[in-house]
Amino acid sequence: MDDILDGIDQIDCDILVIGGGTAGPMAALKAKRKNPDANVVLLEKAHVKRSGAISMGMDGLNNSVIPGYATPEQYTKEITIANDGIVDQAPIYRYAEECYGIIQELDQFGIRFQKDQNGEYDVKKVHHIGTYVLPMPNGDTVKKALYRQLRKARINISNRFMATRLLTGEGRVAGAICVNTRSAEFLVIRAKAVIMCLGAAGRLGLPSSGYLYGTYENPTNSGEGYSMAYHAGAGLANLECYQINPLIKDYNGPACAYVAGPLGGYTANAQGDRFIECDYWSGQMMQEFYDELQGGKGPVYLKLNHLAEETVSEIERVLHIVERPTRGHFHEGRGTDYRKQMIEMHISEIGFCSGHSASGVFVDRNAETTLKGLYAAGDMANVPHNYMLGAFTNGAIAGTEAVDFIKDVDFANFDMGEVDKERERVLAPTKRDDGIPPNQIEYKTRRLVNDYLQPPKVTAKMMTAQARFEEVRHAMETEMVVKDSHELMRALEASSVMDCADMAASASLYRTESRWGLYHNRVEYAQNDEDWFCHTIMTKGDDGKPSSMKRDVEDYIVPLDEADKVAYANQRVTADTVAAE
Amino acid sequence: MPLAQTSTAVPVVVDDALCIADKGCTVCVDVCPLDVLRIAETADGTKTAYMKYDECWYCMPCETDCPTGAVTVNLPFLLR
Repeated sequence: MDDILDGIDQIDCDILVIGGGTAGPMAALKAKRKNPDANVVLLEKAHVKRSGAISMGMDGLNNSVIPGYATPEQYTKEITIANDGIVDQAPIYRYAEECYGIIQELDQFGIRFQKDQNGEYDVKKVHHIGTYVLPMPNGDTVKKALYRQLRKARINISNRFMATRLLTGEGRVAGAICVNTRSAEFLVIRAKAVIMCLGAAGRLGLPSSGYLYGTYENPTNSGEGYSMAYHAGAGLANLECYQINPLIKDYNGPACAYVAGPLGGYTANAQGDRFIECDYWSGQMMQEFYDELQGGKGPVYLKLNHLAEETVSEIERVLHIVERPTRGHFHEGRGTDYRKQMIEMHISEIGFCSGHSASGVFVDRNAETTLKGLYAAGDMANVPHNYMLGAFTNGAIAGTEAVDFIKDVDFANFDMGEVDKERERVLAPTKRDDGIPPNQIEYKTRRLVNDYLQPPKVTAKMMTAQARFEEVRHAMETEMVVKDSHELMRALEASSVMDCADMAASASLYRTESRWGLYHNRVEYAQNDEDWFCHTIMTKGDDGKPSSMKRDVEDYIVPLDEADKVAYANQRVTADTVAAE
Repeated sequence: MPLAQTSTAVPVVVDDALCIADKGCTVCVDVCPLDVLRIAETADGTKTAYMKYDECWYCMPCETDCPTGAVTVNLPFLLR
């Protein structure tokens, strides 16, 4: 295993789904169910059983729109406001309408959702306006349940294959070039439609621990989706709207205000005082967090030590079993106990992830990108704040829409020269006897991301980043060396990380205003609705470098009134809010 | 440019006495999202799983899915 072998194979399929985490399995299932004759291939660089962001499961749905508790109108309004208005509402509204059906389907898969004594869904309020958070008592079984469904539906699963570039021809997608992560053998897949579900760009910034894989996101999500969409000519939206999250310091897992909040836990400063009104993640909330850290009242803590024993035990039961179960080990090692002291929090490294912010590969309400036949869903597609249920729902939408698309098309012709060129690029580090290993290329890229791209954003620093990235890219292209096929996978990931770093710098320089609180805090520019109430769309320019343009925000389906608009702007606790409690 | 062999303490530890890799089990190797575990031959000729690459998200499928409880996930020292 791990030897570098020489080989290339070609297969054909109707629909290729890349990524076997959350959105991908659902896309494959829905496509197959809608057209049982379709040949659907699900590609995964690890193993579908435990791959992706929800490898160990999830403790709840953050954004369920359940009749009787919330309406699609209310949810669409809330997400619009939480993202400073820069959203196309159509995909959000479609998600909000269809997600309840997906909840019922997940229920049939054996994934249970919390109900109260009356048998009604036990939905909790965490957001500013609406009530959408629904706990999942057996959330640790999600991946197993999905895998059972995939086997039952006889989906063709290809584990251990990593897609490196999309193939295009005749102005649409034609397939993908893939490499085996344990043998370095190539697989060319021709497909009539491709659905990308490759997750977040979680290895963009360097965690403060300095451990390359100690990221907030599952580090297997290293930004290939963004990189491949970019090289194929698809547009990417609002990449300057970074993901930055409030986390348990060093452990770098979520503090889980969504679990602890409804039970009375909250984010506090060093004095133990609440300083943000609402623990729902938004750029404004993160700005307040940052200000508290900088303003002498930090560190910031997760406060649970005022709660009753039964409540703390309940919180531990959820947080230490599902999503990030080593959290209990972490506290044990540190000698920290929710009952006895507050737990230190910090802000995460930067990343791209629509699951929690508003950036990603641009998609319309049908999950289609700007490249014909190419769909995207989950953390890499720009349906804002879509979380796990968004990945499932938008994956389902992508799967069904792709089935409609392939009815009228055959395989697009592509240039075999592209395959040869890609093989040469991929295998270059295997042809060298010595040089720089991928982990050092990646470390340097990500260290520079921290030094120069982390907000507050400064023009001169971001330009310095671009110059330094160019040097590291040159080293990557001419000196990177790998000794086995596993390292080759890491080399390819380092290349995606580098592409994402370039895109982050370029997108942030393009939008000359501040927007989304800390996510795009450009200290030299204030928010400017007149010039910048728009999306920014990045594509690969003719010179091979990122190129940005403005795109109008589509007319709202659900109008906002003036009072709504400021709901997320005023995050800091004031004397008035304290008195009101 | 020669490459150095720098040691790191790995977070995932396998109890050789409990590991049944010798019987053909590869569960932990299969489920790792980062594909960092492998099977090796021990000094007495039996097989056991071990962490070959120090690239761990301390996520736990290897420990949870191991049929004999042979795998323990510790936190990487740098963030412990």
